[in-house]
Amino acid sequence: MSTPLQFPKLIVDALQGLNPSTSRRQFLASSGALVLSLGASAVPGARVLAQAAGPYPDPNFLQLDTWIVIHPDNTATFFVGKTDGGQGTGTAFRQMMCDELDMAYEQTTLVMGSTDITPDQGGSGGSDAIETDGKPMRRVAAEARRVLLELAAKQLNAPVMELTAQNGIVSVRTDASKSARYADLVGGKRFDVALTGNNINATTGAASVKPVQDLRVIGKPIQRYDIPAKLDGSLMWAVDVKLPGMLHARNVRPPVAGAQLKSIDEASVANIAGFVRVVSRGNYVAVVCEREEQAIAAARQLKAEWTPPVTAPFPASNELFNFIRSATPTSSSEPRVTGDLAAAFSSATTVLEADYEMPFQGHTAIGPAFALADPSNNQMTVYSNDMKAYGLRTGVAEFLGLPRDRVRVVYMDGPQVYGRTSADDAGFEAAFLAHELGRPVRVQWMRYEETAWDTKGPAYAFKLRGALDASGKLTALDYDARAIDYAHVGYNEPDTVLIAQLMGRRPQRIAAGAASTPSIKYAIANTRLAGHVVALPLVWETPLRTGNLRDPDGPQVTFAFEGFIDELAAAAKRDPAEFRIEMMEASAEDNAFRRNRSLAVLHAAVQAYGGWESRPAPKPQTTVPIQSGRGIAYTYRSNTVVAIIADVEVNRDTGHVWVKRLVCAHDCGLAINPLGLKHTVECGMLHGLSRALYEEVQFDNEKVLSVDWDSHPSLRHQDTPERIDIVLVNGDPNPDRPDLPHYGAGETSHKPMIAAVANAIFDATGVRLRRAPFRQERVLAALRAVRT
Amino acid sequence: MSVITLNVNGAVHQVDIDPATPLLYVLRNDLNLRGPRFGCGLGQCGACSVIIDGAVVRSCQLPAVAVTGPITTLEGLAQNGNLHPLQQAWIDEQVPQCGYCQNGQIMTAKALLDRNPTPTDAEIREGMQGALCRCMTYYRIHAAIKRVISTAGADLAYEAGTTADTVASTKQEAAV
Repeated sequence: MSTPLQFPKLIVDALQGLNPSTSRRQFLASSGALVLSLGASAVPGARVLAQAAGPYPDPNFLQLDTWIVIHPDNTATFFVGKTDGGQGTGTAFRQMMCDELDMAYEQTTLVMGSTDITPDQGGSGGSDAIETDGKPMRRVAAEARRVLLELAAKQLNAPVMELTAQNGIVSVRTDASKSARYADLVGGKRFDVALTGNNINATTGAASVKPVQDLRVIGKPIQRYDIPAKLDGSLMWAVDVKLPGMLHARNVRPPVAGAQLKSIDEASVANIAGFVRVVSRGNYVAVVCEREEQAIAAARQLKAEWTPPVTAPFPASNELFNFIRSATPTSSSEPRVTGDLAAAFSSATTVLEADYEMPFQGHTAIGPAFALADPSNNQMTVYSNDMKAYGLRTGVAEFLGLPRDRVRVVYMDGPQVYGRTSADDAGFEAAFLAHELGRPVRVQWMRYEETAWDTKGPAYAFKLRGALDASGKLTALDYDARAIDYAHVGYNEPDTVLIAQLMGRRPQRIAAGAASTPSIKYAIANTRLAGHVVALPLVWETPLRTGNLRDPDGPQVTFAFEGFIDELAAAAKRDPAEFRIEMMEASAEDNAFRRNRSLAVLHAAVQAYGGWESRPAPKPQTTVPIQSGRGIAYTYRSNTVVAIIADVEVNRDTGHVWVKRLVCAHDCGLAINPLGLKHTVECGMLHGLSRALYEEVQFDNEKVLSVDWDSHPSLRHQDTPERIDIVLVNGDPNPDRPDLPHYGAGETSHKPMIAAVANAIFDATGVRLRRAPFRQERVLAALRAVRT
Repeated sequence: MSVITLNVNGAVHQVDIDPATPLLYVLRNDLNLRGPRFGCGLGQCGACSVIIDGAVVRSCQLPAVAVTGPITTLEGLAQNGNLHPLQQAWIDEQVPQCGYCQNGQIMTAKALLDRNPTPTDAEIREGMQGALCRCMTYYRIHAAIKRVISTAGADLAYEAGTTADTVASTKQEAAV
């Protein structure tokens, strides 16, 4: 066996055509020849960052060779159409495919998300990597194993059923001296095996995947292969790619939202060394220079005249919720009604009403948006960390009017991608500028652009009403949500990316947007769930564009819903965990599948917390300066379920909140890699904590004022809990079932965090916060309002 | 333009640049280093951190011409092929999610431990406060730092020297 490949990214570089002699495309174009070698040609120094000649047809997902290559040194490379934003999905994919293929983890490498060499699985999104895309990966690996066993049967002159495979070696069960390496069977050659399936998610061969009892690599806490090179400066990130003749661009954004470009004084930057050009189209403006610092200086120095809009593009953020409540909706969903709400409220012993508010929140990635585009050979290659590389490729082709097979996107590591980030926008900008200038152009957004102009999670205003009967049972819930989400921006749409908007392009069909409603698993006999979408005055060319941000509406909706459930528990003078557990036990939800797993995580969270005292919230109030409390919140997302308990300390004198401890019980079915899973769950919770405590996009009535880490604070080291306990429940009503599925985990633990913190603050102080984030000045004001 | 001399990870480089150029762009674009990264350009996040004269410095705000002392970057931490104990601890604790900020985390932690080899939990939080992580790996970072502290007996002998070939090899890798 060859030396394990220590820096898979280098292999990726080689395969991506950066080294033409080992290009994946060449391999796919050839037949039955020994063409792909991952040996010496992939070592550092061998890389040549030249664009391989196109065209770039779509890899055919119905060919086994598209997914798996067995090398002459008895290693394998897997090609998958996903991206890994740092949740360890790449490692998990390898584990899944190794297990089905009967190769050792160390014998394999993985290539992800580059449109010309990996099949289009859509990139990342929706926490579907493991749940949805992992399934065809397992099936094609199982098919490769089946084919290899058939080849071995011929070579070893033994029936398939007498063969066994391990570590890439097939041997005869009864005579271990008879064996064949996978490399001897197909190494360096094509399988030439067709797969079936109407779409890529359905891709399959004739083989079946292994029953869960036979899995050996799945379930192991294998360390992520991508981490070492991220810690010593050896990894080439997307931002590190340099090309001959590469230019640097910086955008110049309208000074106020909705401003129209009147004139540009190009002479104002002509004195800057290395200045190349000002490019403008409509209200899109960029400066292009030879060096990066020159482009930064030119963008600052460029004199341009803008005409501000006649009417204010949006209300100021401190007026936002009045605006939302008084606006005429652009659309309203048909309310979902069960039971008889009016009767339940009229017979209620206690009726509770509450308004909840969630501001706009942004991605605000640690690294502002980036892309590099290379227009050589009359083609377009975009180097990007966009999590949906395939959509970026299709969108750029349409935007520039190029055939799809002349465009490719090379996915490389980059800063966090938790949804529809501005990496989409930067990709189109780089491609446009490279197309205009005929040279490679690197676009790097500045911090103010990322924070102010990135897409935002929708702002919400909620109105909730609940009815309790004499026994304290919740008999009715009336939920009404309003979200600013009209013209919600999709992924890599050539008519809604920021540059398209600024150029004046408009989509033929405007996205209606959505105001989400909770997916209620509790037994509540009478419910009404309604949602309304509202629009800001300025719909296009605005920094307040809404787009998907991690669990797009979940944190908002769950803050309101699980916060209000907590209010009802308190009003009923019930323990908040027991109140939820009883409502869950009474639920007839889904043949017990969801109910039982929900109960399991609720019980597991309470048990892991240790010493949970049965009592209603809030705690008996005292006047000590630091008040402590606990809060629980629960949620179900897709097929994954979590319960979180937060312990908080609230400083009565300053309003400062510290979440001292977090407990999470988590069930996402079969855990592919419990180590990576726990870290993703942990970081998802803390990202939610940042949104709970700090994050809010603030603006006056013409521009966003949140432009950096002072004006838009984030969770930092000082805020870190001192203890985090994560319990993987991963139960199933029938844990012995052979097909125990694997579900997603990228977003569920993120979802109930704001509610858990709000509920804990209430427990500690008796003060209910219904407006996030819980920055200390807001908490202090709420505490003082109660005291006076 | 003017020629300035920089000592980076033990290697001496002369570059011809506008003297106002922030050090970050010289390290990244002229010396082809990948450790320091652009995050904010405002000294608020730490992604661009390097160590100069033992202190962690934001290279995005520091004009290259103002640098007189030797510079250590993330690439300069490993010695003779051995990872710095912090880098190893980062692997052992599987710290990163996306990893983009981890240059700043590790360089900040190194400067912290170099001046205080046994910080308390509170001192870790205080000392690391300026290094922002948007994937929220803070809890894992604290675990990794504590791991280094608890095994520090064997590692205190480690000296933050530099080797001359580090940058050269990095340049070769990045050569186009």
